[in-house]
Amino acid sequence: MNDSRQYCTFHLDGLFFGIEVFQIQEVLLGQQMTRVPLAASTVSGLINLRGQIVTALDLRRRLGLAPLPEDREPMNVVVRDEDSLVSLLVDEIGDVVNVDESTFEAPPENVKGVARELTTGVYKLDGRLLLILDLAKALQTPGANARRSPEHEEARAAA
Amino acid sequence: MGMNEDLQKQLINDLLIESFEGLDRFDQYLLDLEKGDGGTETLNGIFRVIHTIKGTSGCIALTRIEKLAHVGENLLSLLRDGKITVKPMMITALLRLSDGLRDMLRTLERDGNEGSTDYTELKDLLTKLQDPDVVFVDETRGSSWGLFDDDEEIVATPSVEDVPEPETIARPALTPTTAEDAPPLATITPITSAPSASPAAEPAETVAAVATDAARAPARGSVADSAIRVDVGQLDRLMNLVGELVLARNQIVQHSSDRTSDGLAKASQRLNIITTELQESVMKTRMQPIGNVWSKFPRIVRDLASELGKDIHFVMEGNETELDRTIIEAIKDPLTHIVRNSVDHGIETPDARKQSGKSAHGSLLMRAFHEGGQVIIEIVDDGRGIQVDKVVKKAVERGVLTADRASRLSPRDAFGLIFAPGFSTAEKVTNVSGRGVGMDVVKTNIEKIGGSVDVNSESGRGTTIRIKIPLTLAIIPALIVSSGPERFAIPQVSLLELVRLEAEQARTAIELICDAPVYRLRGELLPLVYLNRALEVKARPDPQAPVNIVVLQADGRPFGLVVERVSDTAEIVVKPLGKQLKNLSHFAGATIMGDGQVALILDVLGLAQASGVISEVREQTLMDQTDAKTTAAADDRRTLVVLRVGEKRRVAVPLSSVARLEEIQSKDIEHAGTRAVVQYRGQLLPLLRIEDYIAGGSAVSEWPELVRVVVYNYEGRSVGLVANQIEDIVDERISVERTSGEAGISGSVVLQGRVTDVLDVNAILSMAGPDVAETALAA
Repeated sequence: MNDSRQYCTFHLDGLFFGIEVFQIQEVLLGQQMTRVPLAASTVSGLINLRGQIVTALDLRRRLGLAPLPEDREPMNVVVRDEDSLVSLLVDEIGDVVNVDESTFEAPPENVKGVARELTTGVYKLDGRLLLILDLAKALQTPGANARRSPEHEEARAAA
Repeated sequence: MGMNEDLQKQLINDLLIESFEGLDRFDQYLLDLEKGDGGTETLNGIFRVIHTIKGTSGCIALTRIEKLAHVGENLLSLLRDGKITVKPMMITALLRLSDGLRDMLRTLERDGNEGSTDYTELKDLLTKLQDPDVVFVDETRGSSWGLFDDDEEIVATPSVEDVPEPETIARPALTPTTAEDAPPLATITPITSAPSASPAAEPAETVAAVATDAARAPARGSVADSAIRVDVGQLDRLMNLVGELVLARNQIVQHSSDRTSDGLAKASQRLNIITTELQESVMKTRMQPIGNVWSKFPRIVRDLASELGKDIHFVMEGNETELDRTIIEAIKDPLTHIVRNSVDHGIETPDARKQSGKSAHGSLLMRAFHEGGQVIIEIVDDGRGIQVDKVVKKAVERGVLTADRASRLSPRDAFGLIFAPGFSTAEKVTNVSGRGVGMDVVKTNIEKIGGSVDVNSESGRGTTIRIKIPLTLAIIPALIVSSGPERFAIPQVSLLELVRLEAEQARTAIELICDAPVYRLRGELLPLVYLNRALEVKARPDPQAPVNIVVLQADGRPFGLVVERVSDTAEIVVKPLGKQLKNLSHFAGATIMGDGQVALILDVLGLAQASGVISEVREQTLMDQTDAKTTAAADDRRTLVVLRVGEKRRVAVPLSSVARLEEIQSKDIEHAGTRAVVQYRGQLLPLLRIEDYIAGGSAVSEWPELVRVVVYNYEGRSVGLVANQIEDIVDERISVERTSGEAGISGSVVLQGRVTDVLDVNAILSMAGPDVAETALAA
């Protein structure tokens, strides 16, 4: 069966990710962000989306990747999470791609840690791999009580 | 049991809306069933509709509706449980049931009573159908309403015979035998009471009416037509959009004042007014009368009283008092608990009452009213009151309090003990109360929604429980403070006062007890929490900057929050935080500020607990809590708005009469005659400079660029009192130390250690002359 799905793609520290199009509400450029003290380190802050308060999650941090260089502004991918909206901060948004179900494969064994946990699988596209984000898992904050790490605090204070 | 008339009306209205909707569904379900589409869900649905109608009508003593529904329910419960199977004639009978109920409901709506149509025959039919073996009941009638027989022609033909004689239609109640043959609908609705229609057309119409209910009696102004149910989520979204509109409006008004275009100024003025009105209207859609929760209390009290052998006269006042629906939901359980407590513990048995020289029947009063922007609910009983010695003894036994401490407890402090966890004075545990969970939960729940509970009691005379709750959870007044670049909102319900210390002063005034910072506030030690440290925000405070202490109350205990800056007060719209942040007890939510930025709302209780200022021994907390409670309950405590007039003079006005605090651009001030006025919410607001009416104010004739105005309400109108500065809002015990002979001043009080004159606004208004009232009226 030649089933095809549509994914909205984005870039994250050299990786190429996709979220199914229907899960995405909108994509926004840099937004005014209000920091939330004491929140888990993956929470970047709160943004005002037409009167609705949206929690922004730092997807790089969530996946344990290096932080985005200071001089680059992330983009907001706003997704629906039950009744509320959550914004995922990504490096850059890509195209919407149609993928062929037959090219799908579960994440290989050697992909470990958070990256494995948060991906449902991989589409083998021409010339590159599209990682599929497990949205439900990505939206959970790990160890929600975890405070921001001191280095991060430092980095923000310096910013 | 005195059931308020308004309440009864409200209940009937609710019943009507709910039942008409339910019956429409009911018919649809029956049709599905008839077509063979219905499964268990459908049967359940059918059952629920009738069950609800039975229950609700029974509660408000609509016995005829209840009885008819009851018979139907019996049949439906058998159907639902699969004890009997659906037969076509059953559907017919059930549709007649639906029509019968509808008719009675319509009569109820129109005439205020259930009417007198006889449904004996229908009831008999429904009862007969309960027999699983019954194959056929009364063929003529069965087939005449067997609309769903395969052959539609059969339907129409026999029903012709069933159309009653015109005379019968005119007097349906008098001829039960005919009414038996006539469908109940036909005896009342205009459709069949139009005998001029040709006999052939008539039954067809009747049939249509039963089958689809399309030809419902055209009841003018029917409640079902004038009210619709709206999804609360929809209202919330609407509210959000209005909030955004308000922001956009603010920006437009801002920009339009930069330009000199007259047209734009006018348009933005109109936009301003419309937006404000829209905002208020949308807010109102979320408001519900408190009577919606109260309606069940007469029943609860009655049942409980009879169970406990007590005679209680229950009165409810202020059913129409409106509250936000979320609050109504939140207070339901605490109120139930308090009422049950009063019936169980408060009011004595008739014998006991007689022995203590009281009337055999006890009184329980529940009333709700608005006061100072809050809703007050009081539950007053004339029972035995709280016996202080018993409470204290129990508290010592339960280890809530040491004996030593107990001996020094004042009677009033002891009342507060009933809110301690694990506390109950009931000698025997009844199934009603006395299990030691209760009043503490009541208190916690009420505080969760920003309210407070006070208790006052006189032994042998009764107890009054007073609950103060905010009007709405959605919009609250808040104080905006800053820590570094971040702004935070503090709900004003928790705010006691503001203290500002110059850097010099702060160095000595803030002392340390084993690293714990404290401040001596009027001789009492106030534990301090540094907001920066509590939130782990890195900041390098300027040692030369003044120190701002926001004195807050958490769990009845005051503490000081040290913030870098105190900005302003604002009405904020509370928005929940996403689930990723739900675990942070420091924050109660977030809000969007006037500039569109998000600010977090501090959860005062959570902050205090996390910072350890209220997690001390319970005993200590309790003591202070009861202190605070009883002080707050004292009538001489009021909230005052402190103003600066002229260069130095401090005056205060009671907050309860203040509608809003506004800042007005001096260029917006116009003159009507000799009076300065400003356009305010579509009206002309006369402006009175306080300094013109009291001595000591420097009579400056120029308006400053930004005019600070206290919008003061009197007799349904508003005036603007102009001050140089709005300094503070203070909740203080008012002790008028001297009565002033000075014009415009009613006396002086000591507020935050400073002498402050209290304005006699009425005197100022009469000094201002009758034209003030006229200006406001002329608008």
